[in-house]
Amino acid sequence: MATTTPAARTSTAPAPIKAVPIRHYGQWASAAVVLLLAGGLLYSVAANDNIQWSVVGDYMFRPEIFHGIGITLALTVLSMVLGVIGGVLLAVMRLSGNPVLRAVSGGYLWIFRGTPVLVQIVIWFNLALVFPRLGVGSFSVDTNHVISPFGAALLALALNEAAYMAEIVRGGILSVDQGQTEAAHALGYSGAKTMRLIVLPQAMRVIVPPTGNEVVTMLKTTALVYAIGAADLFTEAYNFGSKNFTLFEMYLVASFWYLVMTTVLSTLQSRLEKKYAKGSHAVTTRTGGITRLFFLRNAQGGVA
Amino acid sequence: MSAVMVKAENVHKSFGHVEVLKGIDLEVKNGEVFCLLGPSGSGKSTFLRCINHLEQVSAGRLSVDGALIGYREVGDKLHEMKPKEIAAQRRDIGMVFQRFNLFPHLTALENVMQAPVKIRGVGKAEAREQALRLLDRVGLAERVDNYPGQLSGGQQQRVAIARALAMKPKLMLFDEPTSALDPELVGEVLDVMKDLAREGMTMIVVTHEIGFAREVADTVVFMDGGVVVEAGSPAEVIDAPQHDRTKSFLSKVL
Repeated sequence: MATTTPAARTSTAPAPIKAVPIRHYGQWASAAVVLLLAGGLLYSVAANDNIQWSVVGDYMFRPEIFHGIGITLALTVLSMVLGVIGGVLLAVMRLSGNPVLRAVSGGYLWIFRGTPVLVQIVIWFNLALVFPRLGVGSFSVDTNHVISPFGAALLALALNEAAYMAEIVRGGILSVDQGQTEAAHALGYSGAKTMRLIVLPQAMRVIVPPTGNEVVTMLKTTALVYAIGAADLFTEAYNFGSKNFTLFEMYLVASFWYLVMTTVLSTLQSRLEKKYAKGSHAVTTRTGGITRLFFLRNAQGGVA
Repeated sequence: MSAVMVKAENVHKSFGHVEVLKGIDLEVKNGEVFCLLGPSGSGKSTFLRCINHLEQVSAGRLSVDGALIGYREVGDKLHEMKPKEIAAQRRDIGMVFQRFNLFPHLTALENVMQAPVKIRGVGKAEAREQALRLLDRVGLAERVDNYPGQLSGGQQQRVAIARALAMKPKLMLFDEPTSALDPELVGEVLDVMKDLAREGMTMIVVTHEIGFAREVADTVVFMDGGVVVEAGSPAEVIDAPQHDRTKSFLSKVL
């Protein structure tokens, strides 16, 4: 008989395989080398007589530092909020059928992505040099009243961020299947409602991960506003350090707080990603916050 | 409501230099089930998409329920309609796509509810009740809270039919509704469409399901190369085709 009965087959289930796993000797050896090097570096910093560690500890929680953290966070949050709003508008304009809107958006991106943020920050701060008063007709105000260091910093960061967000949002919108727009149109949705209710919610899945990276990048970019003395974390740390001849210690203090904030942000980001991935299958293998933290640059780059 | 639902007079459609429709004259009566058959590239899907202005007619006239689609007639001149007016026309015309095109970020229930609430301004409670009724009617009462990704192709297409019906359309367009389905799932979608036909819905169906056309259609049209080759009852067109092109097509698909 060529056939076997099902009963005969199931009666002897094979024992689970217990094979000897591959030994990764190379990994162990390289880990030892890395640990040794890292330990040496750490020791040379920790035991360095030129760094007053007691000062680092003392100044870590000074009110000036917390004030700076407050300004850094405010700049990050506000410029990202404005940047995202501006980015969505610019992206929709860029994809619109109206050639005027397309050209305006294209010109904006050309200028704001083609010049360094630092230069933009300084230009906004010095606006009073060319426009002493701002206004329309008989109504005008002193430029220096409107453009405070914080105002100039926010303006520059938000306008610059809008240009980068525009490309991220545009990529997200283009990633949504054309059939979705057709289905919405066939149901009688207007162009605006199709965008708001159908396309953008689906584009979020593509937009959120790089936007998270933008937030982290923005948090670090805010340090540039020290050029115009906008009282952020780095400015405060620098001022305090140069006054007390503890510059290097204050750099360490600032770095510590930047690391704390980027770590928290990266963790929040991976949570947000999970939320926006609903209704889709391909979400289970996304990298988590900690993984992303160490691979920030190559995780979702390539938007410039 | 006029007795004629869709009237096409010498409808042409070109994409650049390629003429896809070369003069279509058709009339679909109220309550009629109208099946369009023909090989790929014959222009039947394009014609269907012209009816709700997903494609713009290049020449000729196309009207639904007495109103010209996509244009306003002022004197002897045609004016292009504003997007808002086109959207208003589309509200009364339901469409079912080959690839379902359900909104993947919404549950089955939300897919069916959203357009009535956001476009027609129906109250949420009322829209929800109607959506539950429609989903029950297409046999998906148990799956209302599932996302499209959690449904089979046949189930997705049935949700898509319910979604179109929720706008209370006077005309339903079906663009190869079963072509993307596994063979064993085709029947459940056709059953829903048969029910709909029995209730008197005016339907235009682009399909390769000859059996469905024979059983349900009032009129069958065979298209090839952008023209109507032959039209008539299923008995005439499917069982006793006059033209060689119809005969050779049917011999391949039957």
